[in-house]
Amino acid sequence: MNTVVVDPVTRIEGHLRIEAQTENGIITAASSTGTMVRGIENMMIGRDPRDAWAIAQRICGVCTLVHGIASVRAVESALDYPIPPNAELIRNLMIGAQFVHDHVMHFYHLHALDWVDVVSALDADPAATADLQQGLSAWPNNSSAYFADVQQRLAGFVGSGQLGIFANGYWGHPEYRLPPELNLLAFAHYLEALQWQREAARLHALLGGKNPHPNFVVGGAPCVLDGNAGRTAMDRNGRRLMAQIITGMQTFVDQVYVPDTLAIARYYKDWSARGEGVGNFMAYGEFPDALGGADDTAGLFIPRGAILNRDLSSVLPVDLDDPEQVSEDVSHAWYDYSAGNAQGLHPYDGETRPNYTGPTPPYAHIDPQQAYSWLKSPRWQGLPMEVGPLARVVMLYATGHQDTRDLVDASLADLELPLSALFSTLGRVAARTLETKLIADRMSDWQAQLEANISAGDLATHNADLFYPQSWPASARGAGYMEAPRGALAHWVVIGDGRIANYQCVVPSTWNAGPRDAAGQEGPYEAALRGHPLHDPAQPIEILRTIHSFDPCLACAVHVADPDGGGMIQIATTTGAAL
Amino acid sequence: MTERESFIDYLSRRGISRRGFLGFCAVTASALALPMGAARTMAANLAAAQRPCVIWLSFQECTGCTESLTRAAEPTIESLILDQLSLDYHHTLQAASGEAAELARQNAIDDNFGSYVLIVDGAVPTGEQATWSTIAGQTNLDMLKETLDGAALVIAVGTCATFGGVPAAAAIAAERPNQSGAKGVGDLMSASEVPERPLVNVPGCPPVPGAMTGVIAHFLAFGTPPELDDLRRPVAYFADTVHQRCPRLMHFRNERFALAFDDEGARNGYCLAKLGCKGPKAHNACATLKWNLGTSFPMLSGHGCLGCAEPGFWDRTLAPEGDRFLGSAFYPDAPPAA
Ligand code: SF4
Repeated sequence: MNTVVVDPVTRIEGHLRIEAQTENGIITAASSTGTMVRGIENMMIGRDPRDAWAIAQRICGVCTLVHGIASVRAVESALDYPIPPNAELIRNLMIGAQFVHDHVMHFYHLHALDWVDVVSALDADPAATADLQQGLSAWPNNSSAYFADVQQRLAGFVGSGQLGIFANGYWGHPEYRLPPELNLLAFAHYLEALQWQREAARLHALLGGKNPHPNFVVGGAPCVLDGNAGRTAMDRNGRRLMAQIITGMQTFVDQVYVPDTLAIARYYKDWSARGEGVGNFMAYGEFPDALGGADDTAGLFIPRGAILNRDLSSVLPVDLDDPEQVSEDVSHAWYDYSAGNAQGLHPYDGETRPNYTGPTPPYAHIDPQQAYSWLKSPRWQGLPMEVGPLARVVMLYATGHQDTRDLVDASLADLELPLSALFSTLGRVAARTLETKLIADRMSDWQAQLEANISAGDLATHNADLFYPQSWPASARGAGYMEAPRGALAHWVVIGDGRIANYQCVVPSTWNAGPRDAAGQEGPYEAALRGHPLHDPAQPIEILRTIHSFDPCLACAVHVADPDGGGMIQIATTTGAAL
Repeated sequence: MTERESFIDYLSRRGISRRGFLGFCAVTASALALPMGAARTMAANLAAAQRPCVIWLSFQECTGCTESLTRAAEPTIESLILDQLSLDYHHTLQAASGEAAELARQNAIDDNFGSYVLIVDGAVPTGEQATWSTIAGQTNLDMLKETLDGAALVIAVGTCATFGGVPAAAAIAAERPNQSGAKGVGDLMSASEVPERPLVNVPGCPPVPGAMTGVIAHFLAFGTPPELDDLRRPVAYFADTVHQRCPRLMHFRNERFALAFDDEGARNGYCLAKLGCKGPKAHNACATLKWNLGTSFPMLSGHGCLGCAEPGFWDRTLAPEGDRFLGSAFYPDAPPAA
C-alpha cells in the first residue's frame, strides 16, 4: 500500500490537502483535509446583525457575494423583513452574474490545465486550429493569424526559460489526450476569458459599487435606480452598460464556454464512469420571484429538494428549520462538542470549539482514524450529500424543467453518452457549463423586469421600515439560504436584544469536502476518489481532475465559533458589560 | 530551456510594440504621480530588465486580493503573468500542485535568492494557534520566514496581510478576541518574529487593483518601492481620503444628505454620511481610480464607504463614538434626522 499526498491542492480557493491510499495503482481510500481556519462565525457574536453581511462576505472573495446574500437573507428571515421587488431583481442579477463569472473562470483558469496540455499547443497547426474553431461556433477570433499569434506568444514565453505559473505542470503526461490544435484553442480562450471576466465583473460594480466584495444591505439593495447622471452609477448610461454586459456574458457562454466543454469532453469520455461520489444530491434553491421573495420557495427558478441514490423519480422536501434534517458532525474534525462528538448538532444549536489534535507541523501525514480536518461533516438526515452544479441540474431535470431537459439531453446525445454519465467527474464539469447557460439566459428576464419597473416609476430598492434596531423584536431567529456557484449555502442567525447571539454557516465546500462522520461515512470528495487508477503516483493528475470538478472553496468550508470553551457563547446583550 | 533574455528582447520577440509598452509606462507613471520624464526612465529601465521572479504566499485569506488583481485594467493579469513577471508560486493560478508546487517555490527561491519579490495576502496565525493554517504540513509562520530570507521586496496586499484584517477582527465575547493571534506582515517584522525586509503595505478589502499593479510597476522600473507614508502605504494612493475625491462632496459641504438608501436625496447624489459613510476617515483610491475599469465605486452606486483599508475598521475604529463594540460599525443606530 502506498500513500499519495497532494498538499497544497492548487487552482482552488483556500487550503486543501488530499491523501490517498493506493493498491496496485488504484485508490482504495482517500481523506480530505481543510488546513486553514479563521474563526469568522465567532466574530459575529455580539455584533449588530446589519453588519454581519460584510464580515460573512469575507469568508470568500472568489464566490464573493454569496455569504453577503445568505447573511442579509438570514437577518431578513429572522425579522420577517420584506424587501422591494427591485431589490430582489438586483440581487438576482448579481447572483446570476456571479454564477456566470465564477463558472467560466473555474473552467478556464482553475480546471482547464488538468485537461489541456499547454506545452502541446506549440505543436498545433494554426490553420487547422482556425478550422476547428470555425466548426465549433461563430466566435469571431477564429483566424489562422489569430491562433498563430497566440502560439507565438506562448512560444516566446516558454522560450524565455521562465515558466512562471506553468512551471512544473504535468506537461506531456500520457493522460493528456487533446490534439495540439484543441490545446492551442483552449489556451487562447484561457487568455480571452481573463479579459472577458473583467467586463463581466462590471455588473457587480454598477449594482454593488465594486467587485470583489460588492455591497449589500439588510432590507434591500444599496443601489439607486435612475439617479442623477454622473453622480450615481445606475443612471441611464449605467443601465445601458448593464444590458451590454449581460449580452457579452451570454455570447461568451454560447460561443466559447459551451462548445469548448463539449469539444474537450469528447476526448475524455471514460471520465463519465469515474468520480461519482456519494450519489445523494441536495439544493436549497435560488432566484426568487421578484414579487414572492425568498420566502416563496415555490417561486424559485432552481428548485429546493434532495435526491437520494440517484433516484430522479423522487425529490424529497428540505426544511432548514427542522432539527432532524441538517446537522454537523465533528467526530473527525478538530473541534469538540460539549456533549461529546457522537451526535451531530443542528445549526441553531451549533457549537464549535476548536481543538487541534493533528500532527505537529511540519508533518508528512495525517491519520484518518483520528480527527483530520478543520472542516466539519454536514449531513442531511444523517447522510452525506453532494451540493453544487450537478445537484442543481439533477434537481431541475428531475422536476421536469424543460430547458434543462432539452439542454442535457442534446449534450449527452452529442457525446453519445447515457443519462447515467451525469453521475461522474465529467458529468459534474458538464453540469456546471450547462447551468451557466440556463442562468445567463435568464438574466435578460430580470433585467427586463427591472427596466419595466423603472419605466412605471417604481424606483424603490430599500425598505427602511425595519432597518433600525428599535423596530426589532427582543428575540428572533432565521435561516438565510442561497445557491452559491459551488452549491447549497445557508446561514443561521439568532438575534437577542438587537445583537447577534449565535451565527452558524453551513457551506457548499463543507458538504462536499468534509471528512468522515461518526458512522464512518465518507464525504463526497473522499467517496469520489475511491477506485481511481493513477497512471503515475508521482504525477497524480487524476486526483486533481476529480477534486477540481467539485470546484473546491476551502476558505468557505472552514469556520469556527467559541475558541475558549463552554458551548454557545452567552453574552450580556443588554449592557455589553460582559464584553 | 533557453537562457534568460532581457525584457525588451523578449517583448519584441513576442511582437509587443514599443508604443504599447511606452503607453503602459505613461499610465503607470501618472497613476503614481511621478514627475515628468519618469515614464521614459521607467521604460528604459523596464526594457533592460529580466522578468523578475515573484513568489505569492496566501495565508489566512479569502482570495479576494487575487481576484481583485485579475480585474486590473493596466497592466492586465495576462500581461503581468506572461510578459512582465515570472509568477513562480501562486496557489490560485499555478498549474502545479502538491510536491511539484513546493518544488517550484524552492527553485524560485534558490535561483533568485536576494532578488525576488514576495507578495503576501492573508494574515498569519501565531503562538499556539500557528496550527490554524498550514500548507504542505508547514505552518504559515515557518513558510513566511523561509521565503522572506531571500526577498528583495515584500508587498503585503489586503487589509489582512497589512493590519490583520478579518482574521484579527474581534470575537467580542471570547476571552481572546483575536482568536488565532492573527498578525499582518509588518507586525511580525516589528515583533522580530520574521526577518525584516523592505515592506510595502497595500491595504483594502480587497485593494483597488491599480494600487497593487502600480507598486509592482514601480519596482519593476526603479527597483525600489514608491514613496510610502508612516503606515508604509504608497502615498500616491493613500494620502487622500475617499471623501476628498467623492463626487458627493459638494452636497456634504452644502449639508444635503440622503436619509434613506433609495430616497430622492440618494438619487440626486446627496452625501451618504447620515447613512454611515466612513469616507472622511478612509484613506484609499476608490474615488480616483474607481473599480472595475472605471465603472463605479461604493458611493457612486449608493452605499457608504466601509473604510476597508483602515486598521481595525471591523471593530468600530471609524465609528463616530461610544463603546468600541456596541452598535453597528457601518450604519447609524437610529433613523437619521434631516
Ligand atoms: S458620501 Fe461619504 S465620502 Fe462622499 S461626501 Fe459624503 S461622507 Fe464624504
